[in-house]
Amino acid sequence: MTIFKHELRQGRKSFIIWTAAIMFLLAVCVFLYPEMKAEMDSINELFSSMGSFTAAFGMDKLNVGTLIGFYSVECGSILGLGGAFFAALCAVDLLCKEERMQTSEFLLTHPLSRVKIMTGKFLSVICRIFEMNIAIFLIVLVSIAAIGEPIPLTELILIHVAYLLLTLEIAGICFGVSAFIRRGSIGIGLGISAILYILNLISNIAEPAEFLRYITPFAYCEGSQIISDGSLDLPKILIGFLIAGACVAAAYLTYPKKNIH
Amino acid sequence: MHVIETKNLTKSYGKARGIVDLTLTVEQGEWFGFIGPNGAGKSTTIRTLLGLIFPTSGSAKIFGLDVVTQKEEILKRVGYLPSEALFYPGMKVKDILKFSADLRKTDCSKTAAALCDRLKLDVNRKVDELSFGNRKKVAIVTALQSKPELLILDEPTSGLDPLMQHEFFEIIREYNKEGSTVFVSSHILPEIERNCDRAGVIREGRLIACDSVEALGQSNAKRISLSGDVNVDGLAGIKDICVNGETKSFLYSGDINALIGKLAGCNVKDLTITDPDLDEIFLHFYGNDAKESTGPNTGSYGREEN
Repeated sequence: MTIFKHELRQGRKSFIIWTAAIMFLLAVCVFLYPEMKAEMDSINELFSSMGSFTAAFGMDKLNVGTLIGFYSVECGSILGLGGAFFAALCAVDLLCKEERMQTSEFLLTHPLSRVKIMTGKFLSVICRIFEMNIAIFLIVLVSIAAIGEPIPLTELILIHVAYLLLTLEIAGICFGVSAFIRRGSIGIGLGISAILYILNLISNIAEPAEFLRYITPFAYCEGSQIISDGSLDLPKILIGFLIAGACVAAAYLTYPKKNIH
Repeated sequence: MHVIETKNLTKSYGKARGIVDLTLTVEQGEWFGFIGPNGAGKSTTIRTLLGLIFPTSGSAKIFGLDVVTQKEEILKRVGYLPSEALFYPGMKVKDILKFSADLRKTDCSKTAAALCDRLKLDVNRKVDELSFGNRKKVAIVTALQSKPELLILDEPTSGLDPLMQHEFFEIIREYNKEGSTVFVSSHILPEIERNCDRAGVIREGRLIACDSVEALGQSNAKRISLSGDVNVDGLAGIKDICVNGETKSFLYSGDINALIGKLAGCNVKDLTITDPDLDEIFLHFYGNDAKESTGPNTGSYGREEN
């Protein structure tokens, strides 16, 4: 519990900045919608006629003229990338920062097993991810209400749950990585998120690359798919969580035996 | 009871040497010095004892508990002062002390306050604004505030000014009198000589001597100072010779009769024979390679304190 609280306190500033930034961008995006709606027809035509670019962002499957279509395309990227980067940066630094900042001699010579330390740290990131996603969801509801549009609650919840699962999966993967590395965590964290994001774009454009959808969590966050199915893609989510679970398990197996320098 | 007991403890990092076959024991209530130059394996030994790194072979026990499998139990009763103390940036000194106490699930605020007062440590400063010496004080308080049964101190005085060093050793002496066992690593020999009951000398990862500080000082070698028209050439067992005009000073470990015989034929104006201090013993243990590589006057090795 002490570790959990300590980690929350340590990461508070970065959490506030990331959350505020994502909330701001999402609100701006929602507030742009009334303007877009006015020019809906021409925009819809434009967005659906950009060839593979259209496919990459899933704009061939839904109508960006509706609020939820517009939201899932425009806001989805912000939500996905913002959340993924935040989760990756927090989680990938979690264990190795003690060695990087040379605080491991302090922390690990206290009477606490490494497993307890890891658990406290990991739970703090999970807690931050939930807090962030709840804050973001609330600002979106408020923004949509503010522009006077009806709130498409079911679709919004589905999309946001998908993105919550995405950030959790990425946090799990990065936590696993954190147990193995000593430095360079920020680059690795950003790299993992960016690669997973790009893999999804590729899988949308090129048919032979469709199998990539089972690897990247961004695949089960496609707003277009979620809206047309009216449900989440459970098999993909399951695979994602098996990958993340394996990474977390690897961390628990490795870190307690790691030589700390 | 053995507070610390290692048996053939070995830690190797790939090809690099860490420690080799280290066997030593530290008894309850003892003040044990662990001497060696930088890179000899002092910190490696300490890190193994604390469970930060894991032995390649051999075993180590503290309070009879295994350092690998019963680490938590051990650490409850150990206070550790690292040689280079770094803390979480942005935290105040008092937050660090509180955090450390919370991790130990104890309230040490009274002891902490008394220690901070004695060491003149301002608890309201942020740790990242502190000088090296002041950070060291924070580390001292975190190591001592829980009144541990065993203190493991890694080069404890680096960064502290002489007054603080004095105060620090006063505090450690009090803890020792109250029953704490002290294990201190250092390359500052007078520190060991003044305070420790026993000492171990480590060189290139191996324990090359381990005895009471007096016994370590009583090797066969004597420090001989001579002045006058003397020629000691050809005598075996002369080390660390230093010639200053008519005065010669050297460590002698050869046959004392041979020396007297040689001197009998010379015009000796003055002669003193003393037991060498630990500094010189240190040189003796570290042999000719250390002496030759650092010049003739390595007698000052480890003298930075005074």
